[in-house]
Order: sequence, then structure tokens, then C-alpha cells
Amino acid sequence: MNVIEASGLTKRYRDLAAVDELDLSLEAGVLYGFLGPNGAGKTTTIRMILGLVFPTSGRVDVLGQPMFGPGGAERALRRVGALIEEPAAWSYLSGRRNLEYFARSGGPAEDRNRRLARIDDVLRIVGLEHAANKKVKAYSQGMRQRLGIAVALLGSPDLLVLDEPTNGLDPQGMREVRLLLRRLADEGTTVFVSSHLLAEVEAMCDRVGVLASGRLVAEGPPSRLRPTADRLRIEVDDPDRARAVLADVDGATLDGSETPGERVLRVELAPPATAALVNAALVTGGVQVSALVPEQESLEDVFVSLVEGADVPR
Amino acid sequence: MFFDLIRHNGLFAALTVIGLIQPFFLPLGASLLSGEAIAAEASAGTLRYLVVRPVGRARLIVAKYSAVVAELAAAIVWVMVVALIAGGFAFGYGSLPTLSGTTLGGGAATVRIVATAGYALVGMGALAAIGMFLSTVTDSGLGAAAATMAIAITSQILDGLPSLRAIHPYLITHRWFAFVDLFRSPVEWNGIVQGLILSGAYVAVFLGLALAVFSRKDVVS
Repeated sequence: MNVIEASGLTKRYRDLAAVDELDLSLEAGVLYGFLGPNGAGKTTTIRMILGLVFPTSGRVDVLGQPMFGPGGAERALRRVGALIEEPAAWSYLSGRRNLEYFARSGGPAEDRNRRLARIDDVLRIVGLEHAANKKVKAYSQGMRQRLGIAVALLGSPDLLVLDEPTNGLDPQGMREVRLLLRRLADEGTTVFVSSHLLAEVEAMCDRVGVLASGRLVAEGPPSRLRPTADRLRIEVDDPDRARAVLADVDGATLDGSETPGERVLRVELAPPATAALVNAALVTGGVQVSALVPEQESLEDVFVSLVEGADVPR
Repeated sequence: MFFDLIRHNGLFAALTVIGLIQPFFLPLGASLLSGEAIAAEASAGTLRYLVVRPVGRARLIVAKYSAVVAELAAAIVWVMVVALIAGGFAFGYGSLPTLSGTTLGGGAATVRIVATAGYALVGMGALAAIGMFLSTVTDSGLGAAAATMAIAITSQILDGLPSLRAIHPYLITHRWFAFVDLFRSPVEWNGIVQGLILSGAYVAVFLGLALAVFSRKDVVS
């Protein structure tokens, strides 16, 4: 059973489709990164997954429960923790009082007691134990963000849905959140996290989905999103001789962009050619190689090309 | 309405104070509490977190409405208790004369004073139901509260215009002061029963509307 299973999920606001025929499957224990530019429909998708926004058509099942079937949302939400856009808290109450309020709200008595008993644990997990009794209005943005994550973790959820959880955190805080999410996923919690920070998603996620104008334009492990062909940038003393040598290396293709006399060559590699083979061939051929740098298209370039390819209406 | 009787008996202070706060202050409390119930959570950003709690949306509305009614009950009880204590100190207690000229013993008087509080609460509950409904259709708590208060005031103004007699029985405030009939001998039930039915109808309609709107509402705040 998939933890999140959406099919044909669509939300229209008048003529504009915020989310357009989205299909999504999330296996248990996966840390899933949901990427997309602002306005791509990430938040609307997350709100439909959580039952906050009603889809125009299509369906979404969470933990096997239909979110828009009778009673389905209540059964599913018992096992879901969520941080939706900004964390919200009653700012005139302390962090601990906020957690108590959330712990007491909803569900059967056993759930409520279990959540109440976990307050100290979640405060420690997010590193707020020293500020637990301070009023939330005295919290920094990063502390509020941690409190939001603490609320999401209260019910020991099977599924954690987090919208931009590292917003407002300093680099150290971001790293802590990344490590925390990674640890939770390794312990079996399914984590669905949206972000616009590519490096962050690449560093922590098992799978990535890229959303553009309400459609999923790419999905897979982060490494798969990058083009497979490798490129090399080579700096040599004698470009003409280097060209001659490279012409005999199987699988190495000069892209031909260099001007005559330029000492930098760009080579596309395809099997069986590798950087090591190219280097060996050049040196054997008497060419002095002063630099040999693998060039990978950055995830950012990939992202931009995916999003532009999706023909985003402006 | 009971002003001239207060100095004979401190018990009347509790009834006078209800008559005083019924037209404006209680409706103001009911409007603010009910109008903010959902809308203020929306504008504070906490509504989305309440809706992702594992409770149905209908239960959220009913719980919020119950909380508003409980707060109004506390307000009414508090005001009456203070008035009873102050009235007792100033004028002492005695047997309660009715508007019909008979007198009531301590036990019967207490029952009727409690009934007065209950009746006032029912009337405020009806207004709070309107406030709950308005609170589900806007994200502005103050807007919903102001609109609810405007309804209470407009209703009282219309109720005072003789030419509109035909609509008077349907105005939410029309029977708010029927509690004075509890102090006749025998009790004049007609107005009180009509008041209870009217309030019940307002609660049914507007709480129903609130439930209907909120259970299909996209929470985008």
C-alpha cells in the first residue's frame, strides 16, 4: 500500500488549473522532495493531500484512506503530522502550552495521552527544550519553525508532510532539520517535503518530483534528474595535437565550440570513453594536460530547463 | 423595567441587570465571540492546523459553538451573581413580589431567576449561531462580529417600528424580554415559548448553514 496515492488530482480556480491531472505515488519510508517554482501548485497539492482543499476532480488516498470519502480524512489524519507554509502558534502562550493544546485536540483519548506524553521528547528532538516555557511571541523565526515541526511530530506520525520546513532557519538549523528528516525516514517515517532549495533536496531526498504549472514534469531519484552524459573540460598545451589524439578515442566527441588556437577543449563522453582513458590517451600522445575537469550540468540548470519545457503560462 | 422595585428587594438587581445588558452588551459579547470563532483562527493561521487534527469539520464547528455558549453562560452568571450580592448588601433580600401583585417565596424566586438566566442564554445562543455562520464565510473575525452586532441592532430597531408589525414575530430579538413574563402569577408562558421556538429555529438554520459551508470550504488561509 502506498502512503500517498493521487490520481488525476486536479484543482481549478475558475479557468486556471492550479493542479492539473496530477498522479503521485509515495512508498512507505521514502523521503520525497517536492520541487517547483513559486505558483507551481505545490501548496495546493499539499493542501489537497491533507484534506484542506477539495479537488475539482481526481482523488487522493493517504495511508489507504480516501481523503474525500466519508470519515477517511479523520482516520488518515490520526497518523499524519503536518507543517503547512508557516508554522502557526498562539503567540501569547508558551511553546509548551501550544504543544499541550495541540496534543489535547482531536482523536481518541489514547491518542491524546500519547501525544501529551511525547511533548518533552519532541521539544528535545527539535532543540527547543530550553525555550519551552517562553512565550512564542518572544521566539525567533527559526524557533517558531522548530515549534511547527515539533507540533507535526507530536503524534509519532507515519506520514510527515512539510511545506518548506527550512524556511527562516540559519544554515546550522537547516542542516539539523535535514539530518532530522533523514533520520526519521531511516526509522520508517514517510516524509513528503516541499522545497525550492535544490541543493537541499538533492542532499537529503530519496526521490524528487518536479512540479511546474500544476503538472509533474519529472520524477525519480535526484541523481537521475541529471543528464547521464558526462562532459570534460580539458586544458592542453597543444590543442591541434590533442584534437588529433581525441579523434582516435572511442566515445569521445569534441563539441567543436572552441575557437582555433584556444587551449581549452570540451569533450562529451559516452561509453566506453572515460575521463581516465581520455587523459591517458592525451598523455601517451605527447600532449601536456594542465587541467581536466568533469563538467556536470547543475541541478539548477536541469530544473530551469524542466520548468521552462513545461511551457509555464505567464 | 424593575428599576423602581430594586430598593424593595435586592433580588431585583439580578433581573434589572439582565434587562440592562440584554439589548447591547450581551449581544456585543455574543457577536465578538462567535464572529471570531472560525475567522480569527483563519487570519491567525491556526485554522489549517485545527482542520488537520483528526476531527471532523462538523465537530470543530460544534465544539467552537459550545465554547461560545459556555462563555456567554459564564458572562450571564457572573453579572447576575455580582448584582445579587450587591443588591443584597444595598437593599437586603425579601420575598419577591410579582408583576401581578402576589409574592414568591425564596425557593420559587430562585427558580425563576435561574430560568431568566437560561432564557437570556438561549436568546444569545441564537445570535451566536448567526455569528458562527458569518465566521465561516469570511476570514475577518471583526467583520463577522460587526455584521452580527449590526443584525442584533437592526432587529431591535425594526422591532420598534409599529408599521412593521407583520415581521415582528420573526425578528431574532423580538422575544428577548419575554423573561419578564416569568414574574407574573401565574406565569405567562406564551411569549416565552414563542421565544424559545424562535431562538431554536435561528440556531437550527444558522448552525446548519455554518456546518454546510464549512464542511465544503477550501481552507486556504
